[in-house]
Amino acid sequence: MSLFHRHRGLTPYLLLLPGIAFLAVFFVVPLGFLGYQSLQSGNIDFGYAFTWEWSNYWHAIRDYRAQFIRSLEYAGIATALALVLSYPVAYWIAFRGGRWKNLLLLFIVAPFFVTYLIRTLAWETILSDNGFVVNTLQSLHILGPSGRLLATSTAVVAGITYNFLPFMALPLYVSLEQIDGRLIEAAEDLYASKLHAFLRVTLPLSLPGIVAGTLLTFIPAAGDFINAQLLGSTNNHMIGNVIQSKFLEQTDYPAAAAMSFILMAGILVAVFLYARLVGTEQLTGTAA
Amino acid sequence: MSTVAVPARRERRGFLSAVWAFVKRHVLTVYSILFFAYLLLPIAVVVVFSFNNPPGKFNYTWNEFTWDNWRYWDGVPGIRSSIVLSLQIALLASVVATALGTAIALALVRYRFRGRASTNILIFLPLSAPEIVLGASLLTLFLHLSFVTFGFTTILIAHIMFCISFAVVTVKARLVGFDRHLEEAAMDLGANEWTTFRKVTLPLIAPAILAALLLCFAISIDDFVVTYFNSGNRITFPLFVWGSARIGAPPQVNVIGTAIFVIALTAMLVNVLVQMRRSKGAT
Repeated sequence: MSLFHRHRGLTPYLLLLPGIAFLAVFFVVPLGFLGYQSLQSGNIDFGYAFTWEWSNYWHAIRDYRAQFIRSLEYAGIATALALVLSYPVAYWIAFRGGRWKNLLLLFIVAPFFVTYLIRTLAWETILSDNGFVVNTLQSLHILGPSGRLLATSTAVVAGITYNFLPFMALPLYVSLEQIDGRLIEAAEDLYASKLHAFLRVTLPLSLPGIVAGTLLTFIPAAGDFINAQLLGSTNNHMIGNVIQSKFLEQTDYPAAAAMSFILMAGILVAVFLYARLVGTEQLTGTAA
Repeated sequence: MSTVAVPARRERRGFLSAVWAFVKRHVLTVYSILFFAYLLLPIAVVVVFSFNNPPGKFNYTWNEFTWDNWRYWDGVPGIRSSIVLSLQIALLASVVATALGTAIALALVRYRFRGRASTNILIFLPLSAPEIVLGASLLTLFLHLSFVTFGFTTILIAHIMFCISFAVVTVKARLVGFDRHLEEAAMDLGANEWTTFRKVTLPLIAPAILAALLLCFAISIDDFVVTYFNSGNRITFPLFVWGSARIGAPPQVNVIGTAIFVIALTAMLVNVLVQMRRSKGAT
């Protein structure tokens, strides 16, 4: 009997061991090495030495502040756009989808079935200088005769928005789908206008989806470099482009490692500020 | 549900609000259709341009229809080997990650043990870290280990690493609604733990395992960033696309993109239709 119990006590650890060990060695330990590398000095030819080189961090911020800010800016705008664009559709599927819900959700995730790089290249085609989007905008005089979309921040933000849209739409749908329709009816029976019922009932109840969607979109977007590379110019480069080129082209590993850490810190700060913002909004929403 | 509320409101507010509700309902529908058009536009471009005979190096402007890109899908040097490598990695990575992930999910849902909360955090972290950080940190690990040569193994390790968490989350979602009495019944009938697992647990969670396998496969075959950092001189299909994009991607890239899309869509469509029929039969 006691033997059986001891065996049961060990079982979860035996189940965890292989997977957790793998993650420890190839996820946690590498983060440690990244930190170690970020404080080294030297270069690829003469080797690197660990010298508590904190200046890597200061230099990264000094030299690439524009790219850091641009990353957070582009990711922030793209996340807001994705939220505004996909909320009505998530709402529509959740409340009007009927038995077509799953099929409509399939449309939402359809872009994921096309390789990330290929769908970004498709945007390059769509926004290209002789494409119909540019031509239409030119004939409407929104864009000058020699104006272009490629190699602008608009193209990069549009690409990021598109590429991470399903990350926003899916959590929104999940939280909207769980709302009990009777609550909205109750609000309307109690003389709330449709708009009020939405603002006071539906929107607050979908907040978990908004938060999840925002994080799922913002975090990968802030670290992205593919959209900036394929749709932008060097003026639109984000910190991901710099990290990528420092690591793989200039082999300036310590600087690249320091930038990776600053990127993570920047994302953490942004997420923290956002959490505080949503927290207060939620408070005022219930208090008013 | 709404059929109860609508007549009551109509009496109260009259005809105009009914019209307004009607218009509003359709505004949402029209908007949604436009939204789907926007979502599917790049996909349509990928498919259409797979049949294009590009006028020059760049496959940007429509020239003329041709089957040649499909007939000679591997007519570009390096494209076939990149697809083979991607398939090998995706297959191996999804099997290993799903096995490791299923075990973790079983432990997390079925047992109370010390370190459960920290395990949950450890699973969550790779999902919430930007890909570039995952790729960069793994690269620094391998750079510090002098015996490592970049190539097949490093790509495989990277893919297993970022797939495990997805597998855990997928299987866990399914395990939460699992009826433990079925296992207890098997044990009461004299089956030992291993037999119970094989004959009862495994068949019940098989759909979740399959879902995790497919998800890991899809994520692995699509991955660019982490692979880019850890591939050495091996080239997976997304890396091939990246390399060729700089000099003008050949239409064959669109052919493979279309093929992957059609295969994935068919698999999902079958799944959705089966679900719809099932739910229709239930009601």
